[in-house]
Amino acid sequence: MSMETSLPRTELTSPVGRGRIASSDAIRVRGDGGPAIDGSSSPQPSPDTGGNRAERAAIKNPRSEPHFVRIAIITIAIAFLSIFVVLPLILVFAQAFSKGINAYFAALSDPEALSAIRLTLLVAAISVSLNLVFGVIAAWAIAKFEFAGKTVLISLIDLPFSVSPVISGLVFVLLFGAQGFFGAFLASHGVQVLFAVPGIALATLFVTFPFVARALIPLMQEQGTQEEEAAISLGASGLQTFFRVTLPNIKWGLLYGVLLCNARAMGEFGAVSVVSGHVRGLTNTMPLLVEILYNEYQFVASFAVASLLAMLALITLIAKTLLERRLDERDVP
Amino acid sequence: MSAGRRSTLPGFGLTMGLTLTWLSLIVLIPLAGLFIKTFELSPDQFWGIVSSRRTLSALKVSFGLSFAAAAVNLVMGTIVVWALVRYRFPGRRIFDAIVDVPFALPTAVAGIALTALFADKGWLGAPLAQLGIKVAFTPIGIFVAMIFIGIPFVVRTVQPVLIDLDPEIEEAAASLGAGRWHIVTKVILPSLAPALLTGLALAFARAVGEYGSVIFIAGNLPNVSEIAPLLIVIRLSEFRYADATAIAVIMLVASFVIIFAVNRLQRWTQVRAPTH
Repeated sequence: MSMETSLPRTELTSPVGRGRIASSDAIRVRGDGGPAIDGSSSPQPSPDTGGNRAERAAIKNPRSEPHFVRIAIITIAIAFLSIFVVLPLILVFAQAFSKGINAYFAALSDPEALSAIRLTLLVAAISVSLNLVFGVIAAWAIAKFEFAGKTVLISLIDLPFSVSPVISGLVFVLLFGAQGFFGAFLASHGVQVLFAVPGIALATLFVTFPFVARALIPLMQEQGTQEEEAAISLGASGLQTFFRVTLPNIKWGLLYGVLLCNARAMGEFGAVSVVSGHVRGLTNTMPLLVEILYNEYQFVASFAVASLLAMLALITLIAKTLLERRLDERDVP
Repeated sequence: MSAGRRSTLPGFGLTMGLTLTWLSLIVLIPLAGLFIKTFELSPDQFWGIVSSRRTLSALKVSFGLSFAAAAVNLVMGTIVVWALVRYRFPGRRIFDAIVDVPFALPTAVAGIALTALFADKGWLGAPLAQLGIKVAFTPIGIFVAMIFIGIPFVVRTVQPVLIDLDPEIEEAAASLGAGRWHIVTKVILPSLAPALLTGLALAFARAVGEYGSVIFIAGNLPNVSEIAPLLIVIRLSEFRYADATAIAVIMLVASFVIIFAVNRLQRWTQVRAPTH
């Protein structure tokens, strides 16, 4: 990652950018080496300068805290994120490789692991592609036209975000379970929804429902309708306009939505757990297999499968960061 | 529906029709089914389920610990976002990206990782055990997992507001002789308040519904360390659908209330901090 070559918009508009000049001035005046902790606007008081100069600097730069406060805040922030986020992440890989690399790959090439990987990819492919099509269609209707009730519609699309994963699974059990609304009908026709791939796909579809639409709506609203109207007035058909004009404009936002949708689809646990029935080798996705192996005290195998999901999360985050930078650059006038 | 639209673009009827159909099939009808199922219960049945000791304990554990965890995230999130926005330090960009890990990491993975970390022989569990603090398989474990899952919310809601904060307000306060502490507590924090509250509410809502990252570390002892989502799963596995439905409806209504409050808060934010 190129850290300094492409500054995101936040960096350019943030007040910190301006403060930086003051801080490098102070360093030049003091003539010592670059401090490890570069405060936003006030210089670092070094022991030999005494409080006097630091005090004067503080008056010159009213928008920063004393040196020790800065150090304390940074230390607490780093410690908090390290304990709660970095350590668990490292632990996943440490545990996965704790019995050596052979045990790791043996765990991943187990038939059960392979079938879980296959099912996870299948379910993600189904739910991501359906949500992709729906997201684009919904974003077109919502972003390109004015109509009453638009905010209500957006809230309804957002609903799955505020529903507990367990409840997202439960609603499909109530619909398709043996005692459910359509249970008897499905049973008499020999269609299996629950404890089978359709149920898992439906639950995943539900929890990932908002991602693509939510990524596209603000982007397409911002872009307006002028380009599309020009294309239409020049005789292009609706589909031509979409594929030649709109799609190139939204491709990064679309990728962003698909990326987040895919990560959630592959990692979903609660909703899928409720509808899957845990049929070994048949309805276990990777997160469910992680649970089963863990409960059977097969820790290396469990963390090996978990490490694949953790890698997916890390790749998603890196791609997301890069995409955000690209989307931010477009915003800069 | 098409009232007031002046666009000459094609496809409104078709795309709106498809959107409403698909939304109804995947989201609205399944959710409506939950409420219909609840109305099949008599009020007495419903209250019998909801006021049973085990249900009440589970709801108390879920809502109480979620609020405590969200409060921790409010304080720690403020510190983290302050460090990320106002200071420069080595690895700042990486820590900024790391804040999103709880969003991206599958909850089951987070669950087993936190459990192994805080178990009696774990990297953090062992030193804590020596101090006499047991985290894994106790309510403290639930609390820890809920903190983890809520980390991104306060940081990500406050970050853009803190970045856009007008520096002239602080400079004016300083030129009038206000001390730094006074400026931060009386000028900056009040203008961050709506965003802070939004982050708090979102972290709370997420923790209440959380399942995967909590159940491994929770211990799942009925009446002690059993969260409401787990009780739903247990009732389902016992084929006590009515019980599962009643608990689910209580939780769903609670999260709708929270989301409604968040929407109001965000409107308040927009009024108080006009874009310029």
